[in-house]
Amino acid sequence: MILVDKVSKVYRTRLGERTVLDRVSLRLERGRNVGILGRNGAGKSTLIRLLSGAERPTRGHIERLMTVSWPLAFSGAFQHHLTGLDNLKFICRVYGADWRRLRPFVEEFTELGVYFREPVHHYSHGMVSRLAFALSMAIEFDCFLIDEAMVVGDARFHERCHVELFQKRKDRAFILVSHDPNVIRLYCERACVLVDGRLHEFDTVDAAYDFYGALPAAPPLAVEV
Amino acid sequence: MSAGTAASFWRSLAVQRRVVSALMLREMVTRFGRNDLGLLWLVLEPMIFTLGVAAVWKAMGLDRGGGSGMPIVAFAITGYSSVLMWRNTVSRCAGAIHANINLMFHRNVQVIDVMVARSLLEIGGATASFFLLTLIFFGTESILLPKDPLQVLGGWLMLAWFGLALSLTIGAATAYTPIVERIWVPAAYLLFPFSGAAFMADWLAPEFREVLLLLPMVHAVEFMREGFFGGVVRFHYDMAYMALCNLGLTLVALWLVRDAGRRLEAV
Repeated sequence: MILVDKVSKVYRTRLGERTVLDRVSLRLERGRNVGILGRNGAGKSTLIRLLSGAERPTRGHIERLMTVSWPLAFSGAFQHHLTGLDNLKFICRVYGADWRRLRPFVEEFTELGVYFREPVHHYSHGMVSRLAFALSMAIEFDCFLIDEAMVVGDARFHERCHVELFQKRKDRAFILVSHDPNVIRLYCERACVLVDGRLHEFDTVDAAYDFYGALPAAPPLAVEV
Repeated sequence: MSAGTAASFWRSLAVQRRVVSALMLREMVTRFGRNDLGLLWLVLEPMIFTLGVAAVWKAMGLDRGGGSGMPIVAFAITGYSSVLMWRNTVSRCAGAIHANINLMFHRNVQVIDVMVARSLLEIGGATASFFLLTLIFFGTESILLPKDPLQVLGGWLMLAWFGLALSLTIGAATAYTPIVERIWVPAAYLLFPFSGAAFMADWLAPEFREVLLLLPMVHAVEFMREGFFGGVVRFHYDMAYMALCNLGLTLVALWLVRDAGRRLEAV
């Protein structure tokens, strides 16, 4: 279970404090899933960072009674001078897994061929995405954090991600954030909507969908001079 | 402590050990690559520095204590190697949090691991350099082996503790404001002549000596040199004082590192 208890996140900016998440509460049981809908700037990525533990809440707290992944397909932690294989080894050491056992899967999924032993900065965008996704799948977690915007690739890549995540690992919990209600509808059993840092919970995806659709158009981002 | 708490402590320790070694391996490949001499640079770099300093000091005739049986080469090796222990460790840790911020998405990786990994690598390189230079110069009959190796080791370990605590402190402080890093660079430069590397405390006027002995690293260098050369001059040190400084600095370091971790803002 993951328990998010009245979590707020405040960032200091030059124009003063900005509350990105405001007393957000959420509960996710093992094996269940939830979609979080929100427009750009609603606080989705911040929530993912807090859930993954990369940042701490300003107030409130998060309890994790199951293992939680790093954001799926996140490639920011790659060391670009290292090869794909080095990055696999590093991840395995950090999580205490055996890289020799996982190597065939990663090589097969990424289809990197000889590039698996080349530095990551020689990779194309697609190759980096495939490597990042494969590494996310290589380590076993009870709950996956998915920022839909991070999983970018062509139709075939999406199809293969779908098989790995939603078919082979359908017993796992996941939290999926997206600005696209259709994605949430496709994968999630229930949904929440994040508006201006407040989380609105709904029992059904349809109710969330209607609420999200009825939101007034987002005001343009305030730019002060 | 209950059995459960003890078990989780040992498990956490095992995770931390694994993460730090993973970070060290990653750091080695990133910094030194796989080509040419690679990892050897970790040891060669401090060796070259130390040799350069030894050559300059010899040319300058800095061995004022030469008459009292303190050979300049050994003087330089013990002195400059000790500087590496607190200067290079800190320099590697300054800005380390920011450079590795994306690694914090992996829950096992904490701010302290990143800095400990970098410090241990520097300490390892400086130690290997010190050890090899001593052996090489002994082989060429330029210096004698330490009179009391255990005392040298003791002083060295105290320096390593000091270097680690200082690098965690400064490393965490750079996460609050980059000003710390800007101040550290000139501070390290200015501290060098006062760090005990280039003089013996006994050569100094007593009033001046009192002030310099406020710096913890001077005590370790004196202690180490006594172990290296034996009683050729009077050595001035108080290892209890240094241990107290190290302990205080360690507490400050741990507090700062924990707080820096809480304030972390990933990109």
